[in-house]
Amino acid sequence: MSEALTTGASPLQREQAVTVFEKGAPGRRAFACPELDVPEADPAALLPAGLRRSEPARLPEISEPELVRHYVRLSKRNFDLDSGFYPLGSCTMKHNPRLHERVAALPGHARLHPLQDPDRAQGALELMWRLERSLSEIAGLPHVSLQPSAGSHGELAGVLLTRAYHEDRGETRHKVLTPDTAHGTNPATVTMAGYEVVKVGTNADGGVDIDDLRAKADEDVACLMLTNPNTLGIFDQNIEEIARIVHGVGATLYYDGANLNAVMGRSRPGDMGFDIVHFNLHKSFTQPHGGGGPGSGPIAVSDRMEPYLMKPVIRRVQGSNGHAPRFELDHDRPKSIGRLRGFQGNYGTFVRAYAYIRSLGAEGLQDASETAVLNANYLLARLRALVGAELPAAFGTLCMHEFVLSGAPMKKELGIRTLDLAKRLLDHGFHPPTVYFPLLVDEAMLIEPTETETKETLDAFAEAVAAIVAEAREDPAIARNAPYTTPVRRLDEAGAAKRPVIRQPL
Amino acid sequence: MADASYPDGLLYHPEHDWARVEGDVATFGITWYAQDSLGEVVFFEPPEVGTQTKQGEPYAEVESVKAVSDVIAPLSGEIVEVNAGLGDKPEVINEDPYGEGWMVKVKLSDAGEADGLLDQAAYTATLS
Repeated sequence: MSEALTTGASPLQREQAVTVFEKGAPGRRAFACPELDVPEADPAALLPAGLRRSEPARLPEISEPELVRHYVRLSKRNFDLDSGFYPLGSCTMKHNPRLHERVAALPGHARLHPLQDPDRAQGALELMWRLERSLSEIAGLPHVSLQPSAGSHGELAGVLLTRAYHEDRGETRHKVLTPDTAHGTNPATVTMAGYEVVKVGTNADGGVDIDDLRAKADEDVACLMLTNPNTLGIFDQNIEEIARIVHGVGATLYYDGANLNAVMGRSRPGDMGFDIVHFNLHKSFTQPHGGGGPGSGPIAVSDRMEPYLMKPVIRRVQGSNGHAPRFELDHDRPKSIGRLRGFQGNYGTFVRAYAYIRSLGAEGLQDASETAVLNANYLLARLRALVGAELPAAFGTLCMHEFVLSGAPMKKELGIRTLDLAKRLLDHGFHPPTVYFPLLVDEAMLIEPTETETKETLDAFAEAVAAIVAEAREDPAIARNAPYTTPVRRLDEAGAAKRPVIRQPL
Repeated sequence: MADASYPDGLLYHPEHDWARVEGDVATFGITWYAQDSLGEVVFFEPPEVGTQTKQGEPYAEVESVKAVSDVIAPLSGEIVEVNAGLGDKPEVINEDPYGEGWMVKVKLSDAGEADGLLDQAAYTATLS
């Protein structure tokens, strides 16, 4: 303790993080139950012996103030969007308007039971149906399913739909193409769905290498999975040619919607020739995310993919005799790939996304995307002016909603890596950008500021990066040993991967 | 972690792999530059003995804290031995990439292929 005090460690650095199971004392309670006002039931009479515990579960026994402080302390160990700028590339960490929380917390939304009869959940079904229509308009594709619960889940849905589509035509295909800039989930999804991944190269402008695509596109290819703009923050202007090549061999074209925030209301994947699109409601349409969920990855598809869409689908049935329309769950879909999950999806994310779309409107969504692109280009220009040679842009001087810098010159000239810069940014109060992705850029740093940040924040971030680079010119050891102000310093990432502690003895 | 080094006498593939040829058998591994770029290696997925390697094609995978990467074969042949020690201690790929961190031994099928690889001077020139 005394050594920690002299080195200036903060209380959170000195304090060992503990689980709630390690706190408290026997008999302590955070809640006093009222007197039982019904006859006490004997568990032995209600449950078979095999399902009964011989001794009580060892649940935490703590007071309410202990409980509150425990979770508040844990929350302070995290860096969160409500505390500071979070330019994590490809994650679209935009502000979550508090209005959405208020709407999602309305009892009719928050307390709706998953087993509620559809007749008694007409409002929820209508909201979902209206969200589907909005997403359809944004995608430029007619049919939507809200079932997938994450972007990767939407990808899996899209690839399974592709398989069903080809099988229905009596075709068996084995390969799926992904660009070498793709999100890691794309090849993972392809493998999980039983296809072989074939990588397509990137051209000098950062787009798909058309000659390589032509060489690899054949009758054994089921699908090309693409992000546009891609993970380099570049809009592929050859998209129509790409669609022609892919459709020419009978394959489907899949749009990974991770980067939709760049183009909402400006261009539509359906118009570019995509057959299947997934949305990340938790990225483009504001949801608290970054803690592992809940997420939402709806998909929109073209007419030819519709018969295979997941079931049930929501149908709007016109009312008669002056009655309002009704909303029903249609399970009668013989060619459907079936269900991808229980119940209808993460409903709270639907409420927030719908609130976002309705409060911004079509023009507002377009504004959001344009401001996201403007902010990214402003930050890129500021960094170029303030830092320059040590941290060049990987491709070109303009970008869409995000951009990639290469820390390779910085590593060579100053002896600090992208990881060191990222860690040092934490001491300046900023969450680091995505690092070492995309893989084709050496010492990559992927920065996505989003539209909800002010010019002052973008300036402060650029100045912090410049200050870290200037500091490294004098003494690279400072960044190499950063961070200094966080609850923990450098983590043993290799140890965590090789020897993960996933069970704690109680 | 050891300082950068590229021993003389090895043959290098531009994808940052090395081969030590002794008669008709060669030992393969990855270079200091490769392990430095990967960061701390946490897992090595070995191929099976008897598998064929083809020059320029992947024959194994390494996983680091950053990413999973293919390991490219500098020469073609049949794998006759795999470094079993990497299963428990993949970190020796970082600590000793040319010694304890070797990956496989291969009985070469095409002696002429070695002419296409780089010597120490030519390989280090590609890194600058």
